[in-house]
Amino acid sequence: MAWFRKEKKPLESPTAEKRAQTEGLWIKCESCKRILWKKDLEQNLLCCPKCNFHFKMTSEARLAMLFDDGKYTEHDAGMSSPDPLKFVDRKSYRDRLTAAQIVTGAKDAVRVGEGKIDGKSLIACAMEFRFIGGSMGAVVGEKITRAIDRCIEKELPLVVVSCSGGARMMEGIISLMQLSKISAALARFDEVRKPYISVMTNPTTGGTTASFAMLGDLNIAEPGALIGFAGPRVIEQTIRQKLPEGFQTAEFLLQHGMLDAIVPRVDLKTYLSKTLDFMGAWNASKPRK
Amino acid sequence: MPKPSEQKTIVQELEKQIAELKLQEGSVAQEEITRLQEQVDLLQRSATAEDKDAWTRVLLARHPQRPYTLDYIQMLFTEFTELHGDRRFGDDGAIVGGFARFNGHPVMVVGHQKGRDTKQKLHRNFGMPNPEGYRKAFRLMQLAAKFNLPIITLVDTPGAYPGIGAEERGQAEAIAFNLKEIPKLRVPIVPIIHGEGGSGGALAISVGDRVLMLENAVYSVIAPESCSSILWRDWEHKEDAARILKLTAEDLLGFKIIDEIVPEPPEGAHADPQATAAAMRTALERCLAELEAISCDERLRRRNERLRALGTLVHES
Ligand SMILES: [Zn+2]
Repeated sequence: MAWFRKEKKPLESPTAEKRAQTEGLWIKCESCKRILWKKDLEQNLLCCPKCNFHFKMTSEARLAMLFDDGKYTEHDAGMSSPDPLKFVDRKSYRDRLTAAQIVTGAKDAVRVGEGKIDGKSLIACAMEFRFIGGSMGAVVGEKITRAIDRCIEKELPLVVVSCSGGARMMEGIISLMQLSKISAALARFDEVRKPYISVMTNPTTGGTTASFAMLGDLNIAEPGALIGFAGPRVIEQTIRQKLPEGFQTAEFLLQHGMLDAIVPRVDLKTYLSKTLDFMGAWNASKPRK
Repeated sequence: MPKPSEQKTIVQELEKQIAELKLQEGSVAQEEITRLQEQVDLLQRSATAEDKDAWTRVLLARHPQRPYTLDYIQMLFTEFTELHGDRRFGDDGAIVGGFARFNGHPVMVVGHQKGRDTKQKLHRNFGMPNPEGYRKAFRLMQLAAKFNLPIITLVDTPGAYPGIGAEERGQAEAIAFNLKEIPKLRVPIVPIIHGEGGSGGALAISVGDRVLMLENAVYSVIAPESCSSILWRDWEHKEDAARILKLTAEDLLGFKIIDEIVPEPPEGAHADPQATAAAMRTALERCLAELEAISCDERLRRRNERLRALGTLVHES
């Protein structure tokens, strides 16, 4: 009865057809269906210039847009999954990993960078949706936990940009344990009193939402992002009803008190810099009273 | 196994429930029908102790006669005093909890509760909590920490409920909050997975110092049926899915996700609930004694070490 039950292909990388679309000079907006110049779109932080639909960003592009001059030091880039369950269904997990590594040029579904925002240091993690749906296995769990450990050690603020379908089924119970490991690390991070901001982007569901994505000092989201615990199809099949319009969108979550703010991508960096500063991200640490 | 006459009665009861559930709306009821049908098949196949592959364990973990949380509470504790509600929204029937005495000492016990007959099943929402259930669980744990009572959790759920209200009230936030805040509680915590450990819905009350698991309980990121439907696009590969998900107590001990397996009678917990509870009592007594013998700071240090090491199976280059 997990969150991605009965979902059709939530963990696959983009279809060949979609990849072909993005490889051309033109791209069709998923929302307004207009045909857009890829160049225009890229210059607009991958937001539709006509309807402001927020396209998914690669983890590389995300970190580049957050850090000053797009520069950062990547941590634990070489970490990969040893396939702990030796998981084979119709395909082997090993083959799925290899395919995802070729498509993304990354070893797994999160990229961790340390760099500067408006001249001040922070660590940011960006999830990579093209890597098996941004799913969380041991590598994602360990990389984010190490990022938190580094933030504790160096008293740095943390930003995590989620884009993930949840726990990675092919690592079974190991993937479930990552929720617990990361959340417990965030509990330890509370003690140094440096801020953590969770940024939820389209989509953020399942075990990702049920752990670090909902545990920010601030929880913010990009407009229109799908955010939830169970996937919409799972809920629809459980209750046998049509879901209300706009259910599980960022706007729905804001209305239900689950988000601090919805922040358009164009304003994201400024928003992070400003609010991190409000929370004393770069103040000299004082002994606790 | 139960005697043939008892078995016939159980099958009749299950068939009655199947008929009742067919009148219910929604696929939760539909799935319960499928589950009950599988149990009928299991009983008629007379699965025995020798034949315990992963799928058999799944069926044993869901066995309709298997003791549920309140049954164990009755057998393990005295003076159980149930406490209700999350002080925010409501009282979730899928989570029960309250004060109790274990060998005379006061403790807090919290667990998932499934229903035995159709009416109870609906009241308990098939053991699938809504956010208020997880918030109630944490409220009671916090109460325990304030008054220095050890916490014992009894875990048995197909998963957290996927519904509109659950999403509106923050199912993900409720689970995440527990995962972050439970580790801070300064009293011993011993979770016991005794039936179904259904993903995040189980994990949200399974964080502790020492995690115990019954021999035929299962603990998984996803139900085998759902895994089968995602990977094979049908439910026919649920037995393969159960095998590859590595969800048995032995698998979990191997991964150091649980700390100890509590033995069951050869035919399963339902065959002799008292004997099962006795084995649970022995393990629990030992764990609590060990945890109470060390200082609180040391216990928290070890707890954090345990949590930090969870599922760290990675290659580095
Ligand atoms: Zn558009």
